[in-house]
Order: sequence, then structure tokens, then C-alpha cells
Amino acid sequence: MFRRRLPEWFVLLLPAILVIAAVVLIPLLFSLYSSFTPYRLTRPSSLWRWVGTANYERILTDAKFWSAFGRTVLFLTIVLNLELVFGLGIALLVNKVTWGQRTLRTVLMFPMMFSPILVGFQFKFIFNDNVGLVNNVLQSTGISDAALPWLVDEKLAMFSIMFAEIWMSTSVFAILILAGLFAMPRDPLEAAKVDGCTAFQTFRHITLPFLMPFIFIAMTIRSLDVARAYDIVQIMTGGGPARRTELLWTLMARTGYVDARMGLANAMGYVSILLSIVFTVYFFRKLSAARAELGMGG
Amino acid sequence: MDRNLAHRNRRRALKVAHFLTLFVVMSIICIPGLWIVLNSFRPTVEIMAKPPVWTPSFTLEHYRAMFGGAGEGGVPVFSYFRNSLIVSVVSTAIAILIGMSGGYAFARYRFRGKAGWFVGLMLFRAVPGVALSLPLFIVFARLGIIDTHFGLILAYVAMNVPFTIWLTDGFFRQIPKELHEAAEIDGCTRWQAFWKVEFPVARSGIASAAIFAFLTSWNEFALASQLTRSVGSKTMPVGLLDFTAEFTINWGGMCALAVLMIVPALILTFIVQKHLIAGLTFGGVKG
Repeated sequence: MFRRRLPEWFVLLLPAILVIAAVVLIPLLFSLYSSFTPYRLTRPSSLWRWVGTANYERILTDAKFWSAFGRTVLFLTIVLNLELVFGLGIALLVNKVTWGQRTLRTVLMFPMMFSPILVGFQFKFIFNDNVGLVNNVLQSTGISDAALPWLVDEKLAMFSIMFAEIWMSTSVFAILILAGLFAMPRDPLEAAKVDGCTAFQTFRHITLPFLMPFIFIAMTIRSLDVARAYDIVQIMTGGGPARRTELLWTLMARTGYVDARMGLANAMGYVSILLSIVFTVYFFRKLSAARAELGMGG
Repeated sequence: MDRNLAHRNRRRALKVAHFLTLFVVMSIICIPGLWIVLNSFRPTVEIMAKPPVWTPSFTLEHYRAMFGGAGEGGVPVFSYFRNSLIVSVVSTAIAILIGMSGGYAFARYRFRGKAGWFVGLMLFRAVPGVALSLPLFIVFARLGIIDTHFGLILAYVAMNVPFTIWLTDGFFRQIPKELHEAAEIDGCTRWQAFWKVEFPVARSGIASAAIFAFLTSWNEFALASQLTRSVGSKTMPVGLLDFTAEFTINWGGMCALAVLMIVPALILTFIVQKHLIAGLTFGGVKG
């Protein structure tokens, strides 16, 4: 009997590794391969033609791809920063409340439970130029006589999409930062008061550093599913009109499913995966750094 | 005296400002959802009215059409609901079992490259659904499991496992090691010690991880929209699109289906909200 026993931790992790390998890793390897072929769904034999990096060269020289890529990065930067600021603000506001705090916290969790597709639909309805709530209010109160083309005009459409995205995800930040505020020790705050710190100084030098790990948890969780924005954009504008709100993800879906050019779409897919991974790794590192600083590691 | 008064006035002004800001923020959070609920009870004529009608009337027309089956332009909501339920419940149960064992491994064992394994597993969760749906579509089509519950369940299990590991790891970490050591001294095997001592303690936390996984599957769209084709396997998020035609949208019907989608999610959230926050922060902060 010279059967080597696998270590227990590995046995426990094995099912997770197996299922992820089967459903995520292998398809991803396949898509990596197909991104080097001119694969089209309508012509299966094209899967066996190797074209090297032609697909990548093609997207790297494609203006449409770059504008979608730039728009995606811009979108993520604006959205994540605003979510953090609003989340922090809301958490501080709710933390100050003395009566009905639990109810407020529950209300705060509403948007988290909405399906992204539902959020997209909801705001498609609200921003609809004809029957939407926003235009109805604007016109009834006489702020604007003409219907504003919320989902047609480039700038307004981007604003609407960002609004939907921020509406959906700010609560993640608010809830987690609020949890951080609750866990905060009272002593340093009182000491600061005794030493004559202003409210802003106390916040800047005591509260904020303590909240950092919580902020990074929220950022990490968010970075895991930034691509959820796809659902919102897909249903609100579908990347249109005329590609004015095209993000990396909608462009990819269009190339893959509508144009059936899987090879090319998979090449774009890899760019988007890389983008997500960069975000995630960055925040994980920040998270462990913040933890180590506070002596919470180990 | 004067300074006192000024001070008091400033405090009062701050208090009012605080209240007003909070009110505006909460309104922004609540109104979109309430608007959907409200419109699901309004007749289509009124929703489409121009100029808008501000005094809502009440009708159950959309719900009647929705539950009335496939006739009169109705959408097979029952089938979608059933599909969603089957896929979400089964994938959650499997993901919890697999994730729990993984989370236990991270919480209780020391091994080389632990942080690396952890981040590695999380990275698979970060793969965008759309990007994954392309190859998954091709692979599943080859295997002939496209448009089946099985295919979707498989995809959702893989999607939910990493995050379940994160959450359960946090909960198991909170349980003192001495607990299962004592049980083992009393003659339990490690397996028994886990099920009889540690599992009951972490049960509420695991339940919240389960609800998180359930909601992810319940709400997922990017994968489901490609991996399902027919009434036999479409889930509700995909079914929502049935209400949109080329140029017209049945807003009222969509609102009614949206309400049907939100209600289970909200109920589940109410039940576990406390544990959910604890799980996310403990898993993260004390990693």
C-alpha cells in the first residue's frame, strides 16, 4: 500500500477546484484558443484555422474597440469613485441618526437585492422620453417644455446609465462602511475630543484610517462584478443609439452573438477579463495592506 | 448669552440640514422601486397618457394577464418562475456544500500559498459573465446541455462557489478552535465534530451565504440570456425581455413581473440582513 494521501485541506478544496475548472477554466482556455482563430458560429470548420494574433491586432487597431474601451474605463472610474463618496456620506448620515436607524439600514439594502436587469429596466422606464417619470415631472412642473431625450442623447444616456449603476451599487459601500462605523472603538474619538481636534481632523485622522479596510472590502466585492453593468446597459440602450453608449461588454456580446464572430469576440473577452482581474488584484492587495497596517492580519 | 443662542441656532440648523439630506437620499433610494410597484397597478392607458395623469387609479389587469397563461399576449410567467426557482435552489444547495468545505479548509488549515489560492479562486468570480458566456455557449452546445436546467445550474454553482468560500471562511474563523478540539477529545472524529459542533454554531452565517448565492442566481442575466432558449428553461430575468417588442414595450406587464421578481428577494433579505453584513466584514477584515 503505497498510496500517498492527499492533504486534508486539498481534499476539502477539491470539489471547488473541480467545478471551477470544469465550468470556468476549461471554457476560458477554449476561448483563449479560439481567440487565435477566425472562428464563426456559422462556419464551424473555421475553428481549426490558426491565424495567430490577427484578432488581437485587429481589435487593437479598431477605433470602435478603443472608444468602447475608453468609455468603459471612464465609466468605471467615475462610477466607483462616486459610489465610494456617496456611500461614505450616506453611512455617516445614517450613523448620526438616533431614532429608526435599523429601518434606515434595511431601506439602504433595497437596491442591493434588485437584479441588475431589473435596475436597467426600471431606469429605462423612468428615463423614457415619452412616458418616463423624470420627463413627466420636468414637464408638469414647467422646468422644461420639450421632452429631454434621456436615453438617446450621448451625454444624457451616459448620465442615465451611470445613475442606474450608482443607484444599484452605492448601498454596498454604505452598508459596509456603516458596519465599520459601528465597530469603531470609542476611546480614540474621545481622546481626540479632549485634545481639541476639530470634527474634520477627527474624521481625517481617526475615523477614515479605521474605515479603510471596510472601504477596501466594499471595493473588492464591487470589483468582482463590475461587469454587471452589462445587464444595465444592455437593457437600457443596448449600447446604442449608434454605439453612443457602447461599453466593452456590449460590444463583445454584439460581435459574438449578433455578428457570430466568436474568435474576435473572445479576443475582446480576454481584454475585458484582464481589466476585471487588474481591478480585483489591485483591491485585494490594498485590502491586505490596510489590514496589516491596523494589525488585523494573521 | 448671545454666543449660547448662536451656538444653539447653528446646532439646530445642522440638525435640519442633516434630516433634509437624509430624506432626499432615502427618497432617491426608494422612489424608483416604488414607482415600479405603483405602475404595475395602473392601467396601460394611464401609463401612456400624455400629459401625465398624476392621480393613480387601481387595476389588477396586468397581474391577471400575467397569470392568465400564454393567451392574449401573456408571458408564461409560471414556467419562468418555476425555472428560476429550480435553478436557484439547486445551484445554491450545491454551491453551499462545495463552498462550505472550501471555506472550512481556508479557515482551519495552514498550507503553503494560502493567500494565493484564495485570491486565485476569487479571480474566477471576477470573470465577466458576458466574456464567460461566449465559450460556455459553444462548449454547452457541443455537450448538448444548452437550454436545460442542468447547464444553467452547473454554471451558477461555479459562479457562486468563490463567494461562498469567502463568506463561510469568515464565519468558521469566528468559531474558536477549542470547540472542535474539545469535541475530538471527547471521542468525535473530525467529521462528527464538524457536523455536531461547528456547523450548528455557524448555521446562521451559512444561511446568509446561501441567500447571497440564491440571489445571485435569481438575478443573473448575462449567462442565462445565452444559455437558455425556450420556455422550458428561461429564467425570470430573461423572461422580462419578452415584454419588449421591436418598438413597443408593455410597461405595465413588465412592472408586474418585476414585482414578482423582487418580492422573494426582499423577503429573504429581511430575514438575514444582520448576518449578511457580519459575514462580509468578518471574512474580509480578519482574513
